[in-house]
Amino acid sequence: MTVEQLKKIAAEKAELVNVRRIVREQAERLAKRTGYRKQVLVCGGTGCTSSHSLKVIEQLEKSFKELGIDDVLIVKTGCFGLCALGPIMIVYPEGAFYSQMTPEHAKTVAEKHLVNGGEIVKELLYAETVQSDGTVIPFSEIPFYKHQMRIALRNCGVIAAESIDEAIGAGDYSALCRALFEMTPDGVIDEIEKSGLRGRGGAGFPTGKKWRFTRMAEGSPKYVCCNADEGDPGAFMDRSVLEGDPHCVLEAMTIAGYAVGASEGYVYVRAEYPIAVERLELAIKQAREYGLLGKNILGSGFDFDIHVRLGAGAFVCGEETALMQSIEGHRGEPRPRPPFSAQCGLFKKPTVLNNVETWANISPILLNGYHWFSSIGTERSKGTKVFAVGGKIHNVGLVEVPMGTPLKTIVYDIGGGIPDGKEFKAAQTGGPSGGCIPAKYIDIGMDFDNLVSIGSMMGSGGLIVMDEDTCMVDIAKFYLEFTADESCGKCTPCRIGTKRLLETLEKICSGNGEPEDLVKIKDISEHMKSSSLCALGQSAPNPILSAMEHFGDEYKAHIYDKKCPAGVCKSLLNYYIEPDKCRGCTLCARNCPANAISGAVKSAHEIDTAKCVKCGACIAHCKFNAIVKK
Amino acid sequence: MSQNAFEGTKEQMSELLGCIEKCRGERGALMPVLHAAQNIYGYLPSEVQSVIAEELNIPLAEVYGVATFYSQFSLTPKGKHKISICLGTACYVKGSDKILEAVEHELRVRCGECTPDKKFSIESCRCVGACGLAPVMIIDGEVYGRLKPDDVKGILDKYMQD
Repeated sequence: MTVEQLKKIAAEKAELVNVRRIVREQAERLAKRTGYRKQVLVCGGTGCTSSHSLKVIEQLEKSFKELGIDDVLIVKTGCFGLCALGPIMIVYPEGAFYSQMTPEHAKTVAEKHLVNGGEIVKELLYAETVQSDGTVIPFSEIPFYKHQMRIALRNCGVIAAESIDEAIGAGDYSALCRALFEMTPDGVIDEIEKSGLRGRGGAGFPTGKKWRFTRMAEGSPKYVCCNADEGDPGAFMDRSVLEGDPHCVLEAMTIAGYAVGASEGYVYVRAEYPIAVERLELAIKQAREYGLLGKNILGSGFDFDIHVRLGAGAFVCGEETALMQSIEGHRGEPRPRPPFSAQCGLFKKPTVLNNVETWANISPILLNGYHWFSSIGTERSKGTKVFAVGGKIHNVGLVEVPMGTPLKTIVYDIGGGIPDGKEFKAAQTGGPSGGCIPAKYIDIGMDFDNLVSIGSMMGSGGLIVMDEDTCMVDIAKFYLEFTADESCGKCTPCRIGTKRLLETLEKICSGNGEPEDLVKIKDISEHMKSSSLCALGQSAPNPILSAMEHFGDEYKAHIYDKKCPAGVCKSLLNYYIEPDKCRGCTLCARNCPANAISGAVKSAHEIDTAKCVKCGACIAHCKFNAIVKK
Repeated sequence: MSQNAFEGTKEQMSELLGCIEKCRGERGALMPVLHAAQNIYGYLPSEVQSVIAEELNIPLAEVYGVATFYSQFSLTPKGKHKISICLGTACYVKGSDKILEAVEHELRVRCGECTPDKKFSIESCRCVGACGLAPVMIIDGEVYGRLKPDDVKGILDKYMQD
C-alpha cells in the first residue's frame, strides 16, 4: 500500500466515523452524505457480550430484513465505558443512548425508531438522557461522559472494532505516515520526550527517555514490546483498547520500532482476554495485508512486524523482566536490574516495553504536537489517565479524565456516587500494589505524585470504591492473599514476607490479633520493600500499610475490642434479631441452613449463636431489617 | 503426576504434533505449544509433557517447570463443565466469596477440585473484565452476572441434567 492509497481510505471512511463524533445537527447533515440514514452502534466488548450484546445484533439484522431496512448501518464496536448499563446501543446521528438492551428491546427499537420516519423509544433510553420535560439529550452530554476527555480511548466505542478501514478513517496510521516521511527517529523521540508522557502501566517512567535509552543502546536486533498482561484484578482499560481499537497499538509500536531502530515487536497479552486476543490477531493480519506491517511499510523502506504471545495467568509477568522471560518460553521469574531492558531485554537485546494505554497515547502526540499534550494534566503528570472504576459505585466502567482530576469528580459526578445511600469510605488505587485513599482526601487531584504522597499509587488505573460495609482489614487480607498466591517464589523476602503478612492478617481477622502484630507487620513490610527483587514484592505491603495509616482505628478495634466495625469478619461478629422489629414471619427460620433460628409464628424470633454459621441468609430474606450483625 | 489414567486418541496426538511443527524453530515456542496442548487435551498429562520435551528438545524438567509455574496450565483433568468464579477486586467487594461458598456447598467439592462424577470442576479466577456485572461466575464460557448466593442452585441445576 502507498501513502496515497491510505489517505484515500481515510477520506472515504472519515465521514462515516465523524457522524459518531460531532454534535447532532452537523451529524445529521453529514449522515446524509454517507449513504446511511442512521448508524446503530452496539458494544462488542467483554462486558456487554457477557450480557449478550451479540444477540441484540442478531435480532437487529433479523428485524432489518423483515422490515426492509437497508439504509441503517450496524456497527459492532469496542467498549463505550459505561459497562454497568450493558448491553449498550447508540443510534446516530441522534446520539440516542439505549441501555440494558435485550433482543426484544432491539426489535422494538427497530420497529419504532430505526424504520423510516421512526422516533426515539424513550422508555428504553438510559433514563439520564431523558430530561424532565421529555426532551432527549445525546449521551455525550450526560455527566458520565461530559467530564471525560478521551485520548487513549478516542476510538473505543466509536469505530467498528474489526474494521481496519474504519480505524484508518478515524485517524489510525496517519501518525505513522508522519513519522516515516516527515520526521527523523530522533525527532520522534524528541516529540514524545517533550510531551511529558509517562508510562501508564504503574511506575510512571518517562516514555521518551525509555525510547532514547533503547535507541542509544549497543546491540542488534532491538525489540519493541507491548505489555498487555493486565494483572491488577479490577483494571480493564488495556483490554478495552485492544478490543476497541487494536490498530492504534500496532501503529504506535511500529512508530517506536522506527524511532529506536527495531524491526520486530511482541505483544504479551493475557489469555483470559479471548476477545482482545482475537481482535489483536485479526488486526495484525489486516495490517500485514495492507502493507502497514511487514517489509517496506508504505514504501518507506522500513520493515516491522509484530507477534502475539499469550500469558498463562501469572501476575508477576506484568513485571518487565518476568514478561520477557515468559515470551522467551521460560518460567516468568524476574531478574535483578540493572542491566535494564533498554540495554539487555528480550533475548538479551535492547528492548523498549510499554503498556497498552501508553501506546494508545503515542499517535495523538505525534499528530497534535507535544505542546497540545503537555497542556493537559498537571505539572509532572501530563495528558489523561484511564481509570477502571468498580466496586460500590453506580456507574461501573471505564473513565478517562485529565491527570489531576479530583477523586470526587470521578466518584460522584462521573461515577454517580455510592448505591443504596451508603457513605464513601475509601477508594483503592493501584490494585495489589497500591493503597487506599480515605474520604478525607476525596478532593485530591489524581496524578502520579499526589497518589504516592498519600501512600497509594496510580498503578495501572484500577479504582475500586468501597463503602461503609467494607472492612479495611479484610480488604488488605484480600490483596495479600492475591500477592501471596502470585509471588513467583524466586526471592525470599517476597515469598516468605507475603505469606507471613497474610497469616498475621488472618490472625487479626479471626479475633486472635495481638498488639505486637501491628509492629510485626511494619517490620516485615520494611524488609520486603527494601529487599524484594521486583516491584511485586516491594509493593505488596502497600495495601496493608496504607490501610493501617488511614484506618488504624479499625485495626485496633479488631485487636483490642475483638470487633469488626464494618461487620465483615465473621469470627468477630454474631447475628441477632431485634425483637421490636421482628414480626415473626418465619422467613428467616425457614431459610436458615443451620436451623439456628427459633420462634413461634407472629412472635419475635431468636438466633442460637452457637448453631449459627453466619452465612447471612437470614439477613437476605428478612423484609423488616430486623437482623443485625454485632 | 496425576492419578487418573491418561487416555489420549491418535487424532489428539497428530493435532499436537501438527502444532509443534508449526511452532518449531520459533524462539520461545514452549508457551504456545503448552497452550495448544491444553486446548487439545483439556490438561497437561505427564505423557503429553514428555512428547513436548522430546519434540522441542527441551529437558522435561523445564517443561514441567513452566507448566507448573502458570496458573492456567493444569496437570489434572477438569470436569465436563468448568465453573470459574471471579475473585477479582470488583467482584470480591460485591460478595463473590459468598458465590464461591454457595457453589462449593452445592457441589460438595472445594475450589480447585473436580466432582467425583467428573461433571463439574470449580476454580477461581482473577478478573475477567466483566466488572460491570459483578459478581460473576462463568460456566463453560457462559457468563452469569449480578449473582446472589441463592441464584447458584438454579443455575447449576441446568447443567446437572445433561
